[in-house]
Amino acid sequence: MDAFLAQLLNGLDKGGAYALIALGLTLVFGTLGVVNFAHGALFMLGCFCAVTFRYLITIETVTTDPNQLSPWGTPVEIRTPVVQDWLGDFGALLVNYSVPVSILLAIPVMLVIGIGMERGLIKHFYRRTHAEQILVTFGLAIVLQEIVKSLFGANPIPQPVPSTLRGAADIGSWIGMAPHTLTYPWWRLVSLFFSLAVIGGVFAFLHFTTFGMVVRAGMADRETVGLLGIDIDRRFTIVFGLAAIVAGVAGAMYTPLLPPHYHIGMDFLVLSFVVVVVGGMGSLPGAVAAGFLLGILQSFASMTEVKTLVPGIDQVIIYLVAVVVLLTRPRGLMGRRGVMEN
Amino acid sequence: MFALSRKELMHLGIFAAVVLTMPIWLTPFGAAYPGLMQSFAIYAIFAIGFNILFGLTGYLSFGHAAFLGVGSYTAVWSFKLLTMNVIPAILLAVVVAGIFSLVIGFFSLRRSGIYFSILTLAFAQMCYSLAYSVLTPITNGETGLLLARNDPRVLDAMFGTQAAGAGLPMPTLMGMTVTAYTGFYLCALVLILSFYVSQKIFASPFGLALKGIRSNQTRMKYTGFDPRPYTLAAFVISGMFAGLAGALLSVTDPIAGTERMQWTESGNVVLMTILGGVGTLFGPVLGAWLIKYFENIFSAINEKILHNVFSFLPDGLENVFVAILSKFVGEGWHLTLGLMFVLVVVFLPGGIVEGSQRLIRYWRRGSAKAPRSLEAQPAE
Repeated sequence: MDAFLAQLLNGLDKGGAYALIALGLTLVFGTLGVVNFAHGALFMLGCFCAVTFRYLITIETVTTDPNQLSPWGTPVEIRTPVVQDWLGDFGALLVNYSVPVSILLAIPVMLVIGIGMERGLIKHFYRRTHAEQILVTFGLAIVLQEIVKSLFGANPIPQPVPSTLRGAADIGSWIGMAPHTLTYPWWRLVSLFFSLAVIGGVFAFLHFTTFGMVVRAGMADRETVGLLGIDIDRRFTIVFGLAAIVAGVAGAMYTPLLPPHYHIGMDFLVLSFVVVVVGGMGSLPGAVAAGFLLGILQSFASMTEVKTLVPGIDQVIIYLVAVVVLLTRPRGLMGRRGVMEN
Repeated sequence: MFALSRKELMHLGIFAAVVLTMPIWLTPFGAAYPGLMQSFAIYAIFAIGFNILFGLTGYLSFGHAAFLGVGSYTAVWSFKLLTMNVIPAILLAVVVAGIFSLVIGFFSLRRSGIYFSILTLAFAQMCYSLAYSVLTPITNGETGLLLARNDPRVLDAMFGTQAAGAGLPMPTLMGMTVTAYTGFYLCALVLILSFYVSQKIFASPFGLALKGIRSNQTRMKYTGFDPRPYTLAAFVISGMFAGLAGALLSVTDPIAGTERMQWTESGNVVLMTILGGVGTLFGPVLGAWLIKYFENIFSAINEKILHNVFSFLPDGLENVFVAILSKFVGEGWHLTLGLMFVLVVVFLPGGIVEGSQRLIRYWRRGSAKAPRSLEAQPAE
């Protein structure tokens, strides 16, 4: 039972990341009708927003203190981040909380990148075939990925969790179990709630604002909305920016859990496409549900008991589920009729 | 059944002549060494096979690297267990890749369009991660599958043709050891044969049915065709071509690694095909040659060479140029590849073949009608 709950929680945080990426993919597909293979690259750029911010904020000055000696008899080097010199305690706090702060910073950066990408390249591909859209965004993904590689190198760059969130939460004792039977790292808990909040935010935005209403109307019938005198293209550009933000914050948030490297985006992209297909192309709730479902299934498949029963199941479970779903429900779990049917 | 029209025969003749004289006409380009020419021939086969699926039916597969990898592994296992002769290795690789593509195609072809691309990508990634983890006893994981001196080689032992010399045994063809130039001519012959097969498929009723599926699947259904068996057959044929290419990779260099199954390899073959021209006979071959040539040239350039090239500039400017350009060459060759990908899709969706046809038409019409042909270009 404990192991079951623990795996469920592990699956939820991974599922949160899948759900966020799949949500952005579906959003872009539903509004612009574009299959965006560069969406994983946006996730990766979000990760490297956090890396860059951390790098900038930890630029240090090195001074030697002649009064203190290290065990080797040389003066101790004291490294102080420049930010700490300038801002004192607030600077130290900023260094400690670099990852959460960089999530906030990723929002404007990703908005600019997303809108730039849509206006600069993707807008020319609305009337081209899906194959051409896939190819051009795939090329763009390679370019972005190689630029990041040449700037940051090919090795994963670990990001620290803020010191107050470093321990593990004793979740078991909250629900009346014996202490220390079910623990869960704080950061994973935070990131899970963060994913849920972002997903909730996106849905609220689409359902409770006038802008969201126009966007939903545009998803249903673009032409009629255009005839009503609404500049739907501009709204859809902003939706692309929104999808980029969702991918970016998901990336920044995920950095402490998985040290980012330049092809992290492509690794997640393949899985997220499977998630979208399982959820049903064009269905936002489907994408979220399938994201969590597959995350949880993957986490159960990587339990040792399951792995000894069926070796290698943890590597292929997602694809197996996708095959089964597509064979039994070709439109995915919540796919609507007439979306990408031919 | 094996006959060709006069025009096709001429094309085949020209193609064979061009392929077989490669060592001569590649010399001025500095590419006339066997290793590179072998990869020219092998990747051309890969692209020809991919074009039979993508060019004729319009189904964009993002998972063909899996078949390439399966072909390589099968060939190396045939070298290890059966014989060092290349013919059983190639045949086995084609058959096994065919079986794999039959299974993957059966599932993937239930959907079309983007669903199909994603399914093939997912299957290929599944093969890749399995080869990397659980199947290590078969694939030898990250190290790659290697030959060993004490492999059983049942057939060789039976006929007493076990190689006697020291070191690892080499693949053989009719008693000849496959080395640099024999390897190239073997690949070249297989390439010419593949080109002939693809010519036959393009001209056959089967090929016409595939083209019909590409242009309008619904209408094909109404005329009484069930598109499924046709697309599946095309998928299996192209998978077998990929397996053949994989086997030749192992024949020329008997080691098989997981990196051949990675999605980048699938992306490469897509790019080769669209760079040359989708749905044309010569296009994929041209695309494969160009990409392999540029890969070879660009990835060999390093900063030192760049400094030499730009030495005529003032020092500061030289350093700036070198710093920028060095990102595009050597290790960063993939950046150039990605840019090529984007530029080709944006400006030249028909590939080189269509581009050159357009140029020829432009010259023939003369400058009087120049604005019209400019208009025809996709300016976006």
